[in-house]
Amino acid sequence: MTDGATDGERTVLDADQVRRALMRIGHEITERNGGATDLYLVGVHTRGVPLAERIAGAISTFEDEEVPVASIDIGLYRDDLAVGRSGSRSLRPSELPGDVTGKVVVLVDDVLYTGRSVRAAMDALMDLGRPRAVQLAVMVDRGHRELPIRADYVGKNVPTAPAERVMVRLVEVDGEDGVVITLGD
Amino acid sequence: MASTTRTTSAPRKDEETTPRPATVVARDEEHQAQRTWRRRDLLDVDVLSADEIEIVMETADAMQEILSRQIPKAPTLRGRTVATIFYEASTRTRASFEWAVKALSGDVVNLAPSTSSVTKGESLIDTVRTLQSMGAGSIVLRHPESGAAAVAARHANVPVINAGDGRHAHPTQALLDLYTMRAHWRGDERDPIRGRKVAVVGDVLHSRVARSNAWALTAMGADVVFCGPPTLTPDEITEGFRHAGRTVTVVNDVDMALDGADAVIALRLQSERQIQGLLPSLRSYVRGYQIDAERLGRAKSDVLLMHPGPINEGVEVTPEVAAGPRSVVQEQVQHGIAVRMAVLYLTMTGQSEVGPAA
Repeated sequence: MTDGATDGERTVLDADQVRRALMRIGHEITERNGGATDLYLVGVHTRGVPLAERIAGAISTFEDEEVPVASIDIGLYRDDLAVGRSGSRSLRPSELPGDVTGKVVVLVDDVLYTGRSVRAAMDALMDLGRPRAVQLAVMVDRGHRELPIRADYVGKNVPTAPAERVMVRLVEVDGEDGVVITLGD
Repeated sequence: MASTTRTTSAPRKDEETTPRPATVVARDEEHQAQRTWRRRDLLDVDVLSADEIEIVMETADAMQEILSRQIPKAPTLRGRTVATIFYEASTRTRASFEWAVKALSGDVVNLAPSTSSVTKGESLIDTVRTLQSMGAGSIVLRHPESGAAAVAARHANVPVINAGDGRHAHPTQALLDLYTMRAHWRGDERDPIRGRKVAVVGDVLHSRVARSNAWALTAMGADVVFCGPPTLTPDEITEGFRHAGRTVTVVNDVDMALDGADAVIALRLQSERQIQGLLPSLRSYVRGYQIDAERLGRAKSDVLLMHPGPINEGVEVTPEVAAGPRSVVQEQVQHGIAVRMAVLYLTMTGQSEVGPAA
């Protein structure tokens, strides 16, 4: 997936910086919500899921409560299906630990770009219940929004050109941690 | 459907005592990036790789989750129409496809030969072109001639899904059968399908279900045994598999075929076979090949008894066995919807840059 991308690659965050950013986001989430009660972290497949697990892990180091982690697949809710795509992605089942109704759900994704994935994730979430509030945490906000969506918690704001690609790499998926920018493909 | 709580430290007490669902077991697999399906059409199972079959299985899991919801619907095919053309009688396959389309918020137009100009001699190709011009987003086709789906696909510019063509193939049936086995057999460390023994019993010669199941099962590493009277299991039925390097054996003795089997698929016996002189009598078939409790006792104690339906009660299987604890016939019906949702999603949502499948 990320093979052959070493050419012209610029590192934005290294492994330590990723770790610190996730720890900070964990603090920000509990600070803003007055603790971890009623909190749900919902990772967006694929990389949002390990990110959500790590934020939950961070929160567990300073709060008494465990934060449940869930995952959703937005494949069925995308708005670009069959429009210039070169194949269909397999889907993963959405796994929710019970009802989200009345809970504060923090959606977790790797990169915030056009905002369309987040729109799809919110639709997917609403089909599963009625959360009291939905917040958004992302590792990287790269700008260029096409929808009125913003993140509540951001690992790093990275100004980019549309031709560039931002890749968040995680040990669980890619074997290493870091955020890099490459020039398109 | 499995819904799991993943906490970040030690599992709570109740989680230690209850077995954890398979979805949580393998962490690496869980975080694996999604794979890509590149076929426009689903015409046969013989061309599918183990990887492609796994994509369908995985996607069907997600569809099962949708179907388990209070409102079992996703918006994926909103505004798109699936045309089903059935030149051959079918209740459950057509209903299952229709159900699948609707669960994905699509529309369905059904064409049945008796009510359309098919009876006036309109050709298959004309019908496909007409439905396409009307705006069909995909075509689900059942036809009595082997190869009809491939012909339709050659003349179509939308996905064609084979819902059964003659003696040739019935891909979604094979995939839903595999999905049902996988649902029962996964969970521990071992590969759910590899090394399993599956006996396919009955009129193998005329059965597209037998053929498609054997392709799917051997792709995933299962051992397939065809069983039936010699007239309905001639040597040539295994030739195609041999050429492709797959092993399918023929056993005429039902007790031997069922010995130690993990699953038994009983095929539907068409009554017209008797007329064709391939069967001396229904009685002799029942005596030799009907799956009853005693014969099923030769298989593994947790054997899965499957049938593509509709069952001829008292012919292929005894009523006791059909309704017994080893029968998963109703599960097959339920899984059929999820598997067809997966196939519709995979073929219909990514075809714009790919040509017809090889």
